[in-house]
Amino acid sequence: MNIKSKERFNLNKINSYKELEKTYELYSEKLKASHFSDESQSSLETNSPKRYITVCGGTGCKSADSDLIITNLRSEIEKAGLAEDVTVSITGCFGFCEKGPIVKISPDNVFYVHVTPDDAYDIVNGHLVNGEAVERLLYEEPSIKQKVKRQDEMSFYKKQHRIALRNCGLINPEEISESIGCKGYLALGKVLTEMSPDDVIKLMIDSGLRGRGGGGFPTGKKWQFAKAYENDQKYIICNADEGDPGAFMDRSILEGDPNSVLEAMAIAGYAIGASKGVIYIRAEYPLAVNRLRIAIEQATELGLLGDNILGTDFSFNLDIRYGAGAFVCGEETALIHSVEGCRGEPTNKPPFPAESGLWNKPTCVNNVETLANIPAIILNGAEWYSSIGTATSKGTKVFALAGKINNVGLVEVPMGTTLREIIYDIGGGIKNGRKFKAVQTGGPSGGCIPASNLDIAIDYESLTSIGSMMGSGGMIVMDEDNCMVDIAKFYLEFTVEESCGKCTPCRVGNKRLLEILTKITNGQGTEEDLKKLKELGETIKDTSLCGLGQTAPNPILSTMKYFMDEYEAHVKDKTCPSGVCKNLLKFDITNKCIGCTKCSRNCPVSCISGKVKELHIIDQNKCIKCGACLNGCPVDAIVKK
Amino acid sequence: MCCDNSKDQYFDELSNFIDNLEDKNGALITVLHKAQNLFGFLSQDVQKFVAKKLNIPVSKVNGVVTFYSYFTEEPTGKYVVNICMGTACFVKGSGDVLSEFENKLKIKVGETTEDGKFTLQVLRCVGACGLAPVVTINDKVYGHFTKQMVDKILDEYKE
Repeated sequence: MNIKSKERFNLNKINSYKELEKTYELYSEKLKASHFSDESQSSLETNSPKRYITVCGGTGCKSADSDLIITNLRSEIEKAGLAEDVTVSITGCFGFCEKGPIVKISPDNVFYVHVTPDDAYDIVNGHLVNGEAVERLLYEEPSIKQKVKRQDEMSFYKKQHRIALRNCGLINPEEISESIGCKGYLALGKVLTEMSPDDVIKLMIDSGLRGRGGGGFPTGKKWQFAKAYENDQKYIICNADEGDPGAFMDRSILEGDPNSVLEAMAIAGYAIGASKGVIYIRAEYPLAVNRLRIAIEQATELGLLGDNILGTDFSFNLDIRYGAGAFVCGEETALIHSVEGCRGEPTNKPPFPAESGLWNKPTCVNNVETLANIPAIILNGAEWYSSIGTATSKGTKVFALAGKINNVGLVEVPMGTTLREIIYDIGGGIKNGRKFKAVQTGGPSGGCIPASNLDIAIDYESLTSIGSMMGSGGMIVMDEDNCMVDIAKFYLEFTVEESCGKCTPCRVGNKRLLEILTKITNGQGTEEDLKKLKELGETIKDTSLCGLGQTAPNPILSTMKYFMDEYEAHVKDKTCPSGVCKNLLKFDITNKCIGCTKCSRNCPVSCISGKVKELHIIDQNKCIKCGACLNGCPVDAIVKK
Repeated sequence: MCCDNSKDQYFDELSNFIDNLEDKNGALITVLHKAQNLFGFLSQDVQKFVAKKLNIPVSKVNGVVTFYSYFTEEPTGKYVVNICMGTACFVKGSGDVLSEFENKLKIKVGETTEDGKFTLQVLRCVGACGLAPVVTINDKVYGHFTKQMVDKILDEYKE
């Protein structure tokens, strides 16, 4: 226990559900007084001088000096003599990462973006002392080109429904009292005192919650299977090895609200009869690991984890294990081998982990986002949760919106929301006014979705039906400057590198696919190659051992389905319509050339000739297509074809 | 990263770490993380040492070391430059940033400069996609990276 946090949360061991409820009441009052804005009052008009400033302490904002912002705010507050009334605290990710670092002032609900440490003076003196919001730090809504003051008025947040992310950007994740003030551990208390394990499993099945890591298997059913196998020791594993490049919701949840995940693991442990839990987390997420450690320490100190939780017979102890960078470890059996300290290679199922998992004991593996939903479902009921979403996919899903889009960040929306709503209403449309080409969902296992499918209502089934998948929720937007063949190649490079090598279709087949794609992007592809890609891709899907190989050809097959014209251009016309594949590019100098000689001086391989004030010429045989000439030309006389 | 004196000290520390483990069973990856933290890379000597202490074959240790991309058997430079090649960074041009680093440092991915100062690596997503493209140098994260920034950043690490 570090002394600093003990002084701060100043709580004693909680011995029963009743005591926990009392603690909740106490801290929820405190939070209401400081954090939550009163909807009836417009901003800056509250009479009380009390203010609560939260500064984002997520990985993105931290790397942009959010720690220094906190220090500077505190010193300015001290100087202005406001230390009595104003508190500054870190909080978890607000999700609006593109606009970070983010500073929010409560109860005014005023939301400042792109804040720098030097802005502390203006925020304190402008906002706090003079009562005027700092206009230049407010978010500008791209659709109406107007500044917006309050978080609840921003279109990025308006259409969101935050369940898994409910506490992110609200509470201090290093302070368990704030978590308790937001109903943290109440669901665990309720489960331990009022429900049998079968009640809990039934509630989970009724809620319709499905695994958010990619598989989409009903969580309640998974627990039911694991409970059915009798054993002296069972395990709950939290899969926090977020491997999909471009998805970062699990990191955000662990950094912003670690206690909800710990609480849910204990609930799962109670339901299936497990007294031990393991969190398997990427070593690349040091901040999340640190926050988890603090949360485990504090929860254990308060008797919310460990032996005899809340004075009951139930005990649950947690251990953290690091991943070491292997995408295949997202597969349950591979993950379990990795936790055991071995190579993360998958094994055939059955036996499923529910029967024989970690150390050959019954094991249940749940993903971070899945777990984060569980306390809310227990407290609000199965009916509440299943009323959100579509017929087959209930609740909400967090998507990591990234790529060529205005509002990059984490968004949580009800299942059944359309891609168009997410990309245009919440995401603010495509960057720099470019044209939308495709959105990639499901990471390296998923596919690319073209504009014609933007109005599809998202759920597990609808995405699969159009050749993509939900996956863990990565959503990468691409514009007309992205070449779809190049994107397919990018994903194949990833899966070839990450294939564990155990089964032949994945080890050898994907390598062959990548070779064909490389040939095509180099301008040496034939029409025969296109046929081979499709045939081989389908064979790999049918014959691979685990999910990695079974889905690896998806990026190729989906781009071939929707963007065949681009493949054909590469193969037949030997051109890359998006101007990405270097070997298919040609640089030419037009008549606009004024003969300034700049391009010939910029050229690293000296392939441009021409005299002063005369038209210059590029020697196509020597050109390496680096684009240095084009970038430097003062009169835009050079064109890329 | 380490001279001979400190090497002995690192072996002592690693030895203590292993002795203090609650459960040696399944601890191999945890131990390798610790070892790489201390030595900077996992040399054959270190792998043999770990195998002996945990009472498992060296082949198993090496099998695990080579399976996971996080572990390296080569010494790294004083500064490890990592270019994020996650999808979000890739579509925003991290490939160009990588080639610029390769040009300026005159090394390829996975290599270390002759003076032992810089190692160039790629990684898959640090989860800071809002800042794409992202470059990390040791523990510092640089966001919205463009190839024009390469010279300036390398200058910062001259010493």
